[in-house]
Formats: sequence, structure tokens, C-alpha cells
Amino acid sequence: MSLSTAPAPVSGADRIAMVRARALAIRRSAFTMVHDAGLGHPGGDFSAADILATLYFGVMRYDTKEPRHPDRDRFIMSKGHCTGAFYSVLAQAGFFPEADLKTYMKPLSKLNGHPNRNYLPGIETNTGPLGHGLPVAVGIAIAGKLSAKDYRTFVLTGDGELQEGSNWEAAMAASHHKLNRLTVIVDRNRLQQGDRTEATNGLDPLDDKWRAFGFHVEMIDGHDHGALLDVLGADPASRDKPLCVIANTIKGKGVSFMEDNVSWHHGVPNAEQFAQAMKELI
Amino acid sequence: MSAATHSASRPNEGLYDCRDAFSKTLEALAEANDRVVAVVNDSVGSSKLGGFKKRWPERLVNVGIAEQNMVGVGAGLANGGRIPFVSCASCFLTGRALEQVKADVAYSNTNVKLCGQSPGIGYGELGPTHHSIEDLAWLRPLANLLVIVPSDPWETEQAMCFAAAYEGPVFIRVSRYPVPALQHKLDRIEPGKAEVMRGGDDVAILANGVMLHKALQAADVLAEQGVSARVVNMAWMNPLDIEAIIDAAGTGAVVTVEEASVRGGLGGAVAETLALHRPVPMEMLGFPGFAPTGTVDFLFDYFGLSAAGISSAALKAISRKG
Repeated sequence: MSLSTAPAPVSGADRIAMVRARALAIRRSAFTMVHDAGLGHPGGDFSAADILATLYFGVMRYDTKEPRHPDRDRFIMSKGHCTGAFYSVLAQAGFFPEADLKTYMKPLSKLNGHPNRNYLPGIETNTGPLGHGLPVAVGIAIAGKLSAKDYRTFVLTGDGELQEGSNWEAAMAASHHKLNRLTVIVDRNRLQQGDRTEATNGLDPLDDKWRAFGFHVEMIDGHDHGALLDVLGADPASRDKPLCVIANTIKGKGVSFMEDNVSWHHGVPNAEQFAQAMKELI
Repeated sequence: MSAATHSASRPNEGLYDCRDAFSKTLEALAEANDRVVAVVNDSVGSSKLGGFKKRWPERLVNVGIAEQNMVGVGAGLANGGRIPFVSCASCFLTGRALEQVKADVAYSNTNVKLCGQSPGIGYGELGPTHHSIEDLAWLRPLANLLVIVPSDPWETEQAMCFAAAYEGPVFIRVSRYPVPALQHKLDRIEPGKAEVMRGGDDVAILANGVMLHKALQAADVLAEQGVSARVVNMAWMNPLDIEAIIDAAGTGAVVTVEEASVRGGLGGAVAETLALHRPVPMEMLGFPGFAPTGTVDFLFDYFGLSAAGISSAALKAISRKG
């Protein structure tokens, strides 16, 4: 069975417009899920939405009919708490029916608060505790290299999550093994659960850190679909290093009262806030 | 691959370091199946994987001194179609990387084989930082994860072959303490199946790992005193052989013996089972806390993990029968 990215329009402008439309749909879907469940992490859902839309509708190869195809590109949602956005993009890509999103966090739902690979297709590893995605991604990339496969491995981490030391253990190994088909994307929204990252345990200069660990680093606007498509879609064969994309984002992006507001890390909208957000997300 | 296809001979005399059976079997498995890989934390020597490294350098992934990454990489290798044997001192594998073992391996239900080397108090005088008496209590509640505590080289080889053929997560406790090759009653190990090593009606001694041969020695001591002791090999901590434990309670008194903490390991598992199904007097031998300084043999004797200590505990359990 052949693998392909989701059908993309021919022209670059149309491609960007399509990814933008998907990102908007992810935000609307995720916020509806959080509203209905009365639980979730909408701030991080929104900062990651454009990255997810770009990967699933512009970059990655996968086959929803054979979700564990050995040659598929892998995506790992290391910031596993942002399931509103993650489940939404998987459903839109066709891994499971969008109607299932209505069961988000309901009793016995397959859509747990954190993703489970044994519940749903399209999930590579169970995440939730932070700092777990990159080590697994490194193992996947090593396996690809051992088997001379050309699949790519993407992992999306939060920025606060980089305070977990396991990421840096994995970063060392990634460059040691010259895993050029591995891409780490940092959702750099500068907020963690309780405060700003720089007020908690500062990460800057973050690009220098990744460079020092042997990565090729790109810093981009994580809401610029054209930039995301260019950087994530570039052929990794020309590199001999893993890639780190620091995507500068805004937590809560797209809804005025949520943007850059720490209280929306796991905030839940009331009816009025929900209605207001849906007016803005068009 | 079936266990029977492996030729690691069944030794029958002398004392053996189970790590030798581990590395010999891993090489046989790697030769037969190129999906088999090893993952280590700079533990090539302590895991006795020098031979493996020489034969398949590219299939030995050494992540350096980084156990969290080591277990995550194992899960990733499994995702990429490999059969990873992650080998590391049990204290670091299960202590340092416990959350990775829980989330990336057990909860994700990945095809990772965790090999906890030199567990229990195998590192003797190096002390409790290097002892791994807690590993069984930490791992036993992890759903999906099969937990095997082999008693000798044959059982170690069996556990390795089983793990390679089984699709799912397995933990194997690989001891370095010299043990004799035992006369097993089973032709091959089966998941969740205990092995009655010796029949007896007055008391049942349930043991695993390097304690099994000491339990058999204790049964000899008891026989000289006219006491008939059953000895049951509880190599499988998960799944647990509930029926064998209930049967053992039919003797009216039970003793558990393990190279592990007395809290939460084999003794805990047996106590849970008996409390629910068939309460009888029970004695639990193991380590009550962090061990003091001493050689392995000193510590075994000091905590009654010896023929004398086990037989004494058996008599105490018998004396408590109603």
C-alpha cells in the first residue's frame, strides 16, 4: 500500500490556505471538546494547532487505512495533555470518525485525557508525563536507520516540558547517532502551567541549547503556515544532524481573551466565553 | 522462535552466573532473528554483552549513562519493528526509569524486553544505592508487563526465549549470584505457571530467583527433622499462579522467600492471594529495609535467607497452625 500526504492543492498559495483552514477547524473542534467535557488544555491546543495542521495536511506520509504501515512517518505528541488539538487533527485526517470527538473524556471513552495508542489508531506512544516523547522518537529514528528506511520522525514538545532532563538525554543521543530524519518541534509559547517559563526555570537562549546538543536549529513563527510548510517539508537528506524547529507561538492563539494568558492552560470556558471564542475563530 | 530450538546446554554441576545464560541466549536469539537488538546504558560489561557487541556492533545501542532515554529508545525501537532487549543494572532500570517503564512500555504495551541485571543485593558491599530489592514491588502492579524471576541458567534461557517470541512487554530479573543448575520438573516455562520442585504436606515454601535453591536446601534440613516441606518455584510474578498459591495453603502453613523487600514482592503477592482465598499462617523472608554493609552471603545469612533461616521460618509457620 502506498503512503501519501493528505491530498494537497497544486499551488503553494492554495496549500497554505488549506492548512490554515484545517488549523482553524482544529481550534474550533478542540475548544468545543473542552467546553463539552468541562476539562482539557485549550491554551496549548491553540498554540499547537498550526503545527499539527501543517504536519498532517502538508508534510507527513501516512495511510489511515494502515495506520501502522512500517514506512509511515511517525508523529509523537510529547505534550500529551493537548489532546483536544491532537484528537481533532487525527479525526480530520481520517484515522477515526469525527463523531467520536463528542466522547472526549466521557466515561469509558477511547478519547482519554491523554493519548493511548491501544485505544485509537494514529497514536505512536502513550504520552502525558512530560519528557517522554523525544526518547521514544530517538528510538524510532534509530530503528529507521538500522533498517535503511526513509520514514521521518516528528515529535512536538511543549517548552516548559524541556525542563525535564530526559529530553536532554535524548537530544545527546539524537546527535550522537546523526539522526537527520528526526525533527523536534518546540511549541515555544513561553507559558507553562503555573507561570511564564522564564519566570519558572528559564529556557533561553533555547536555540543555543539545541545547537550545543548537536541539532540544526530553525526559529520560526509557529503560526506562519508558509514558514511551517517550508521548514518542516524540507528534505532532511541534505542534513547530517537532527533538526530542531523552535516554533514561536502564542498560548491560546486565535481567541483574544485567551492569548498569552496563563489561566487558560487548563481553563474551561463558560457559555458566554465559548460563544465569544466561536465568533472569533472564523 | 520456539524455546526448544536453542541449544544452550542445561548445565548440571557447579555454580553458574545467570548473566552468562542471558548473554549466550541473547546471541543465539540475535543470530536467528535480525530484529533482535540490545539497548544498554554503558552496561556492556556488566550485562556481559561484549560478545554481542563484537558480532553486531550496529545492533547494540549504547545510549550512555541515561536510563530514562534508554527505556524510551527501547520503546521507539519496538515501534520501528525491532525486538529490543534493554539491559541494565536492575536498580537503575527500575528505579531511575520507572516512569518510562510504566508509560512507554507497560501502559503503551510495547514489545520491549527489560532485563534487570544483578538485582536484589547482588552488588553486596556497594550498598542500597546499587541494591534492587524494590524492583518487584514497583513492577508487579504494572498491567501488561510480564515479570519473570529465573532461578538458574536454564530458567534464564527459557525466559529469554519466551520473551523474544512473545509480542509484548516482559521484565526478566537476571542474577549474578552463583547458583546451581536445578532439576526442573517442567520442560519449558509457561506464563503464569508455578513449578512444584518438591512435594510436601506440612508446609509450603514459595520462592523464586536465587532463593529457590536455598529453599530446596531448607526442605532437606526439614526432612531430617521429619517435616515434609513442599517447594514451589514462583518464577512468574506476573501473571501470578493463584491456583498454586491456594494449593500451597492446603499444607496449612506457607513461607515466602525472595531476594527482595518483604513489602510488595512475592511475599506481598502471596499474602494478598491467601487473604482473599485461603488464609493460613504465613512467614515472609526477605529484606525488611535498606541492607547494612556486607557481602552477599553475609547479608543472606544475616536476614535468614539461608537453609537454616528458611527452615526455622517454616517451623515457626507450622507452630502457628490452628
